[in-house]
Amino acid sequence: MQNRVTILKTYKIYIGGKFERSESGRYYPLTDKSGKQVANICLSSRKDFRNAVVAARNAFGGWSTRTAYNRSQILYRMAEMMEGRATQFVDELMMEGDSKKAAENQVYEAIDRLVYYAGWCDKYHQVFGSVNPVASSHFNFSVPEPMGVVSVIAPEERTLIGLITAIAPVIASGNTCVVLASEKNPLSSLTFTEILDTSDLPGGVVNILTGKNDELLGQFSTHMDVNGIAYHGKDAKSITSIQQNAALNVRRVKLYNDTKAEANQVENPYRIMDFTEIKTTWHPIGD
Amino acid sequence: MKPDFSLITPIDKVGVEERVARLNTRSIKKESKLFAMRLAMQMIDLTTLEGMDTPGKVQQLCNKALRPYSGPHEIPQVAAVCVYPPFVRIAKKALGSSGINVASVATAFHSGHATMAEKLAEVKYCVDEGADEVDMVISRGEFLRGNYNFTFDEVAAIKEACGKAHLKVILETGELNTLENVRRASDISMAAGADFIKTSTGKVSPAATQPVTLVMLEAIRDFYLKTGTKIGMKPAGGIRDTKTALKYLVMVKETLGADWLDPNMFRFGASALANDLIMQIIKQETGVYQSGDYFSKD
Repeated sequence: MQNRVTILKTYKIYIGGKFERSESGRYYPLTDKSGKQVANICLSSRKDFRNAVVAARNAFGGWSTRTAYNRSQILYRMAEMMEGRATQFVDELMMEGDSKKAAENQVYEAIDRLVYYAGWCDKYHQVFGSVNPVASSHFNFSVPEPMGVVSVIAPEERTLIGLITAIAPVIASGNTCVVLASEKNPLSSLTFTEILDTSDLPGGVVNILTGKNDELLGQFSTHMDVNGIAYHGKDAKSITSIQQNAALNVRRVKLYNDTKAEANQVENPYRIMDFTEIKTTWHPIGD
Repeated sequence: MKPDFSLITPIDKVGVEERVARLNTRSIKKESKLFAMRLAMQMIDLTTLEGMDTPGKVQQLCNKALRPYSGPHEIPQVAAVCVYPPFVRIAKKALGSSGINVASVATAFHSGHATMAEKLAEVKYCVDEGADEVDMVISRGEFLRGNYNFTFDEVAAIKEACGKAHLKVILETGELNTLENVRRASDISMAAGADFIKTSTGKVSPAATQPVTLVMLEAIRDFYLKTGTKIGMKPAGGIRDTKTALKYLVMVKETLGADWLDPNMFRFGASALANDLIMQIIKQETGVYQSGDYFSKD
């Protein structure tokens, strides 16, 4: 089979549980470190983003009302599926320029981090919820609840662990999200969509787009139906524009720049709390 | 003069679908889009036809018709509010002199199974209560049996009972099976005096579809060319978003011309559509996609 022509894969974006091409029909070439083109990547447009937000909004009701235990099972299932495809992820990270050792470490760390957040799905309420003392005859308690649709701008470096760190805490509490994958190195994020598709995660909970950061950042931060924005990176201009846009409806913005941090610094339940709201209930009681 | 309705006007189903698909590729942008969206808003018959309707719910719907949006953007009023007969008086009072019409469904909506006397009495009741428009359903059973004269006489009798009120005839195309039947039912209704022909009750699936609407629009065009009378059109049910509404407007413009781009000649029977139109109009004016959180739920 010496003269076989290898079949190159067409990578698509992932919206509402479906693999779609960009509505705009635009692409950009992805090259490996030697400069050889390895794939065409969708250049998503604002309409793709709009469709993704609609899908995420529709998925929110179902995902947030699943039992916390079931969300936990599904996140764990995603980790299981990643384990089976670890070698593919390693290859893709090596294409980005990682050494074999570094790529392997990153993949295993990513899987472990997913398992870590899977564990928190049905536990963060207990830790962060409270029963509050009040002076009237009320039973007063507070529980954290998911906010809704979160737009996530994934980091440009250490893309796999970065993506997991960006997504897992957001969806663990029942949020849904629209993710803009790394512009330079989107391959592992796109392969991750196949994990999402095969691990019982309802369509629309995680939507992954590829494209140009400066083209889409405005859309990711102005859409009124987005409840929170998670920005992973350190570009000062982007951060300013996101914060200004978020002021339109006083949306929550969280900035992260810690893809290289050790697990014990990034793995904590406060990340889940970043995209929850506390609901306090006053329940009348007799004497 | 009653034409012979047993003759078939053949409909090329594949051709109709292709024409619809081709019209759907038209792209409407910027000012034209804003114009179309405002027009679509003015063409809405805001509808509530549920067993669980209450006077309060109807009152609320009327409030929505009067003030669809409270904020800095200008949103036009809808054309009419469509309710069951017992609520006509309430709607009429609530809408007052706003110019928004009250439409009522009648003739044993939505099955159409009742005696002629009952149907006429119901229509008379609606008109006496103050309804400006009456939406009747045809007896699909008799029609499908081939009893076309029955349908003609039925529509003609109801039209007479309507007096000054406008009559919209619901064909319930989801139950007519073929496009030929849709065409025939349209022809019969128009010949018998309908002011509007309307696709569906909204209670049967499929409700309004584009191919069915195109066939009805062509029937209206042919009727106009033959008699010089302009009949209105109302697709109802299943038109929930702006995108779909604009596709219908393109069909109307391309089939009947600009004269029908008028709330007196074309209506949408819908309730969810209004909110989406408001959202899209504001999106167009501000450049920012909107959220349902900032608009009334129904």
